Amino acid sequence: MSEVEVLKPDRPVGIVGYGAYVPRYRLPAEEVARVWSGGHGRTPITEKSVPGLDEDTVTIALEAARNALARAGDVDRAQIRAVWVGSESHPYAVKPTSTIVAEAIGATPATQAGDWEFACKAGTEAFQAAVGFVGSGMARYAFAIGADTAQARPGDALDYTAAAGGAAYLLGPADESLAVIEASYSYVTDTPDFWRRAHQHYPSHGGRFTGQPAYFHHITNAARGLMEAMGTRPEDYTYAVFHQPNLKFPRTVARRLGFTPEQIAPGLLVDRIGNTYAASSLIGLTAVLDQARPGDRILLVSFGSGAGSDAISLRVTDAIDERRDRAPRTEDYIARRKPIDYATYARQRRLYVMK
Amino acid sequence: MTLAGTWRLRHQRYQLQGEVCEKCGSLIFPPRDVCPECEAPAKTPYTFSGRGEVYSYTTVYHPPAGFEEDAPYTVALVRLEEGPMVTAQLTDVDAEQVEIGMPVEMVTRRISAEGEEGIITYGYKFRPVLRRTRG
Ligand SMILES: [Zn+2]
Repeated sequence: MSEVEVLKPDRPVGIVGYGAYVPRYRLPAEEVARVWSGGHGRTPITEKSVPGLDEDTVTIALEAARNALARAGDVDRAQIRAVWVGSESHPYAVKPTSTIVAEAIGATPATQAGDWEFACKAGTEAFQAAVGFVGSGMARYAFAIGADTAQARPGDALDYTAAAGGAAYLLGPADESLAVIEASYSYVTDTPDFWRRAHQHYPSHGGRFTGQPAYFHHITNAARGLMEAMGTRPEDYTYAVFHQPNLKFPRTVARRLGFTPEQIAPGLLVDRIGNTYAASSLIGLTAVLDQARPGDRILLVSFGSGAGSDAISLRVTDAIDERRDRAPRTEDYIARRKPIDYATYARQRRLYVMK
Repeated sequence: MTLAGTWRLRHQRYQLQGEVCEKCGSLIFPPRDVCPECEAPAKTPYTFSGRGEVYSYTTVYHPPAGFEEDAPYTVALVRLEEGPMVTAQLTDVDAEQVEIGMPVEMVTRRISAEGEEGIITYGYKFRPVLRRTRG
């Protein structure tokens, strides 16, 4: 294998605005256990977010994007030349989520719009592409959004964690940014850990196979590849955010890579909102940016089944302090919380057959 | 509503886009191309902030056809901070929490879906203003 080279755009690129969204409803994991395991067994998280009846990936992506625009300030909508939404739960099989979002934020018609798919990596895949699109000079601004309303087979291990949420990033010139992209690196192989065939409601997964050869292998190699090529070490980062399908995996991978619990705690939201799939690591990053200070460095590593990871190294700028409070913080959404029981959950996820 | 009719209203529905009367300055929602105050033609688009308060409301337990899945839900007359009154569903709120004068903000949500096969219509609803903490 030749020496790893990091990804770096010709022109410096950064995050001009970021925004999160988490729905109001929570399903406690104990509720899932009550219905499916007689209340026995350990639960992987405390509770997960559940979308309301009138919410889907479009509405979630849109509110996150509006928050990102509020933080960005006075951005000419005509200069947003891409609106890219990564998700595994686009409302339509054919008809883009991204055109609806682009229309609603006023970015149409002179824009790219596209939906990205790569399980939980779809959001950071769009992010990487947006960095390239801005960094090449083709666009002044580009939107990368990860949003999901994830479905799991009722009673399956994933029923405890499959959640809903979104995070949006407006990429633009580094000198307008609240955090600049230092470099990134992606690591992808053909690994069958989790999948859903066409026309199937629920995904299938490889059980224990989802751990070592999938999650841990890809995150570890993406993070190490990036840090070795950049010459950085875990202690150079104030924060690290990893894809978080449960509480155990990100804690374990952080420890193996040499990060401390303190470095990952601010971005580790899974215990309180669940696995938001394409938004998982990206929404963790919004919570980190909500409290980061100028000069802080952040390592973000996503994971998507199938399988691959994007590792991105960021440095926060002085602009963070004045922009942060132009939109709700991620914790504000997490604090807005209405617990529901499994029967209500089943209604909100349309699991009852009505005709 | 027809596909074309829904499509023509998308800016009004997604962005709360109305009109401003160039003659007397009235802000108009929904857009009607003629100023209700001075009857001058009014076609200049104006995007409302989405902030307002509940003027009156009612909770619907027996919904009309097409909205059965959402019941019960609360419909409100919302007075926008710019002045116009809008009729819309409230969302992310329990019926017993709603009160006259409650501050609300616009969100875009699913309004209706034509079964499993038809088009999904998105549009404005209002929710209680999100409580915010500042660090
Ligand atoms: Zn007038």
